Amino acid sequence: VWYHKPIIDEELLRSLPNLKIVSSAGVGIDHLDLKLLSRFGVKVSNTPFIVSTDTADLGMALMLASARRLVEGYQMAVSPDTEYFPANWLGVEVSGATLGIVGMGTIGYKVAQRARAFEMKILYHNRNQRNKEEESAVGAVYCEKIDDLLQRSDFVMLAVTLTPQTHKLIGKRELELMKPTATLINISRGLVVDQDALTEALQNKVIRAAALDVTYPEPLPRDHPLLKMRNVIITPHIGSATEDTRRVMVQDMAESIEAALAGRPVPYQVA
Amino acid sequence: LRDKIQAIYLWWHKPVIDQELLQSLPNLKVIANSGVGMDHLDLKLIAAFGVKMANVPHAVSSSTADTGMALLLASARRLIEGCRVAVSPNMEYCEADFLGVRVTRATLGIIGMGRIGYKIALRARAFEMKILYHNRTRRKEQEEQLVGATYCGKLESLLQQSDFVMVVVSLTPQTHKLIGKREMELMKPTATLINISRGAVVDQAALVRALQDGVIRAAALDVTYPEPLPRSNHPLLKLKNVIVTPHLGIKTEKATRMITEEAVENILAALHGLPIPSEVLPS
Repeated sequence: VWYHKPIIDEELLRSLPNLKIVSSAGVGIDHLDLKLLSRFGVKVSNTPFIVSTDTADLGMALMLASARRLVEGYQMAVSPDTEYFPANWLGVEVSGATLGIVGMGTIGYKVAQRARAFEMKILYHNRNQRNKEEESAVGAVYCEKIDDLLQRSDFVMLAVTLTPQTHKLIGKRELELMKPTATLINISRGLVVDQDALTEALQNKVIRAAALDVTYPEPLPRDHPLLKMRNVIITPHIGSATEDTRRVMVQDMAESIEAALAGRPVPYQVA
Repeated sequence: LRDKIQAIYLWWHKPVIDQELLQSLPNLKVIANSGVGMDHLDLKLIAAFGVKMANVPHAVSSSTADTGMALLLASARRLIEGCRVAVSPNMEYCEADFLGVRVTRATLGIIGMGRIGYKIALRARAFEMKILYHNRTRRKEQEEQLVGATYCGKLESLLQQSDFVMVVVSLTPQTHKLIGKREMELMKPTATLINISRGAVVDQAALVRALQDGVIRAAALDVTYPEPLPRSNHPLLKLKNVIVTPHLGIKTEKATRMITEEAVENILAALHGLPIPSEVLPS
C-alpha cells in the first residue's frame, strides 16, 4: 500500500481470496482496519524504523522555515515587484526558544536531539515519561499535562501516532492555550488537529503561524482557506521523501512480502 | 547639528560612510555597525579621521547559523517546490516520486569556521552530519572534537567530499569569487551550495551556468550581488533548483534587539573613553 492506495475494505478483501499480506509504506497504519484484515487472515507489515530521521529532519526544516519566514522571503526575493528588501521585515528566533514536543516516540526524540543543538529549551508530553538518561541526554522536561506544554512553548511540534485518543488532540481549546507568538508544526497526521479550529485560530491571530506536512484530506481541496494564508506553510506529505529512505522502504516491504509468501516469520509485522 | 554628532549607528549600510560625511562631522568618535560584515566600510579612511569602529559579533552568530541550517534543510527537502505543489490550484494529486536528498549523516563542508561557522557545526552535528571545514587557521583540537569536525587544509579536498557546502567567510580581497567555475566543478554533481556570507564570495555567473548544466544539484543563497538581484529575467530568480532569500541572516526580533544592545554598549564605551568590547581595527 502506497499513500493509502488501494483502499483496503471488505469488498477488496473478499475479491482476493489468496491475499496473504498487506505491506504498507511508512510507519503510520491508521488507514488500515487491522481487525478486518485479521478476520481475513491477512498479515500486515509497515516500515517502522527507516522513516524516523527524515521525518525528524523535515520537522526541523518546517520549524525553521516558518520561524524565519522562508517561503514568504523567497517570494519577495523573486517577485517582479520587489525593488528593495525592507529593513523591518522580521521573523522569530529559533535559537534559545522553547520547543514543546507532543509525542516523544522515535521521531519526537530525534527532533529533540536536533533541537537541542539550537540551544532550544525542550518540553515534551507523552503517554509515558521517558527515563532520566533519555531526558537528560536532550535536556527535555516532561509535562504530564499537555496544557502546561502548550502555555510555555514558542514552537509546538506534533509527532504522535493517530489513534482514537489523539484524534483532534489539538482543538480550539488547545490553540487558545498556546502563546499568540507560537507556531504549530504538524508532522504526524492531519486528523490530530481540528483543522477548522486551526484555520479560525490562524485567521484571528490566536497563534502566529502553522507549518503542516500533513492535512485532512491530502491534498486539501483547492479552495481551502489554509492554502491562501501567508502564515501557513504546507508541504505535500514529504516526511520520508528522500531517495535513500524510499529505497530502503521498498526493500523492507519486499522483505516482508517475501517472508509472508514463504510462510516464514514476517519482519516489520504489525500485530 | 553636525558638531553635536559623536556616534553613528549604522543600519544596513546606511548612511554611507565616505570622506565627505567624515569631514562634515568633526566630533564623531565612534561608528557602530549593526552586523558583523565590514566589507562595505573603508576601515583605513575611518581610522584616518580618528574615529573608532565596532561591530556586533556576539549578537549575530546564532541567528545567522539558524539561517544557514534553514536554507540547507529547505534546499535538501525541496521545501519551496513542495509548498508550491501543496497550494497550487492545478495540483490535485501530489507526485509519489517527489524526492529530496537526505540530510542526516550527509557530509557538510563549512568554508569559514569563525563564530558563525562553528555554530553551524554544532547544529549540523545533531543531524549526525560528517563535518569538514576549511579556514585560514585551524581550530584547537578540543573545538574540533566537540563538533566532530575534520580540517581540510586544501579547499579542493572539502569540495570533493561534501554533499553540502556552506560558505560562511567574511568578504575580503582574498575571498572575492572564492567559489568559481573550478570550485563548483570539483563539487559532487549531487551537492548543494549554501551561501550566507556575501554575494561577491561566489562567482554568480559561473554559478548560474553550473546550476543550468547540472554541475551541482542546487543552491540556496541568502546573499547575492547586488541585493536585490535585478528583476529583468535574472536566471537565479527562475531556476527550479535555486532558493534565494532576502538576506534573512539576522532578521529576527530577538537578534535585532540584541544587535542594538551590543552596538549601544560599544558606543557608550567609546564615548566614555573606555575600551571598546568589539572594536574593529583596519588590518
